[in-house]
Amino acid sequence: MIPASFDYLAPTTVAEALAALAEHGDEAKVLAGGQSLLPILRMRLNAPGIVIDLGKIAELQGISEDGDELVIGAMTTYAAVLASGAVSTHAALLSKAIATVADPQIRHRGTIGGALVHADPAGDVGAPALALGARYVIAGADGATRTVEADDFFEDLFTTAVGEGELLTQIRVPKHTGWGAHYEKFVRVSHQWSIVGIAATVRSEGGTIAEARVGLTNMGSTPLRAKAVEQALVGQPATDEAVRSAVASVAEGTNPPSDLNGDAVYRKHLASVLTRRAVLAAAGA
Amino acid sequence: MTRITVTVDGTKYSDEVEPRKLLVSYLREDLGKTGTVIGCDTSNCGACTVHLDGTSVKSCNVLAVQADGHEVTTIEGLAQNGELHPVQTAFHECHALQCGYCTPGMIMQTCDLLKNNPDPSEQEIREGLEGNLCRCTGYHNIVKAVQQAARQGHESGTAAADGSPAETADAEQSVGATA
Repeated sequence: MIPASFDYLAPTTVAEALAALAEHGDEAKVLAGGQSLLPILRMRLNAPGIVIDLGKIAELQGISEDGDELVIGAMTTYAAVLASGAVSTHAALLSKAIATVADPQIRHRGTIGGALVHADPAGDVGAPALALGARYVIAGADGATRTVEADDFFEDLFTTAVGEGELLTQIRVPKHTGWGAHYEKFVRVSHQWSIVGIAATVRSEGGTIAEARVGLTNMGSTPLRAKAVEQALVGQPATDEAVRSAVASVAEGTNPPSDLNGDAVYRKHLASVLTRRAVLAAAGA
Repeated sequence: MTRITVTVDGTKYSDEVEPRKLLVSYLREDLGKTGTVIGCDTSNCGACTVHLDGTSVKSCNVLAVQADGHEVTTIEGLAQNGELHPVQTAFHECHALQCGYCTPGMIMQTCDLLKNNPDPSEQEIREGLEGNLCRCTGYHNIVKAVQQAARQGHESGTAAADGSPAETADAEQSVGATA
């Protein structure tokens, strides 16, 4: 399968990329790692007039620390995030979730920013980013940047706060140092999209859950955060019985899809089972 | 058309390509490197796996223009001076193939796996190769071959895992030998 013809630009700075986006408008498609976009182009589900490749923009790559936050460049590959000691130390949930994305070859090319802006509800990066309260730095055509809070980033199916003519440049992840983490992904076969995935990170104090964050993958048109469950978990012992009870209502208010892998009712059932497993694992129980 | 300069298996090439051309098509059709095969064409099966700057990628899921300025190693670049790469030898000796179609990708991904983890457990081997499908379901001998290659890497004191010989001195010597 071969994509339809397109023109191609590979800018070397964010400013150049933004200028190209401004010039070409909705004819343009932004290429990050390409691990979702290229299959889309090959299947001709989309046929942009021009592809703007961010692969040569060095300033969009890399991981650094800024006070209480990790700063991850949007074009940082999954593999680079996985290899980062800073991420596994301060945002273990992100490492755990990304380790389940696709396969090693895809993780070598795919980027964290590309995945977040693509915003596939079955993707494995959105829920942990949401649960960790990640903030998003977005650059606009005038060169100015704005920062979008975690709860405001995902808007709908394949739709984020990144508007026409804008680029996601950084993901700023609040440090959760010392928090246990687990991503419980339910799939039927290896290296596939989540049927349901649960991202849980927990701060424990002597066998008791002091704080918890829970994100849901593929339980609606966007990643979701289960704030009621997070509250219910506070003060609970990290035991099967207590956690089972605290997370029982995790699917309340969700609107998961029905497809060949399972209907919405099945997914809601899965969500409570997987949340219990994820929270217990994150709590080290 | 876009001009790209790519080093493939130690030789530097400079070509005009259509931006929509996939790396695997460039390797096969423009360079004649048909050792890299197209399997599923949907980025699932891993048969087209090559190394881009020393790490494994699915070459049906990379545009040729994205390889501009980078180094590619294909299955055809593994053997050195007529000697099979240790991973190739292990696949041969363990009969790690039935029809053989997935083999180039399996070998390239095995090299990547052993580079990062010279002593993988069976579970780590199976997970490391999860992006490579064998429709003959010959995984058992493939795992044995990876284990043998790992053992040989230890015995010889060199990383059998070094799957990117083209990135060593050979590549530099051939720079400028534009095909």
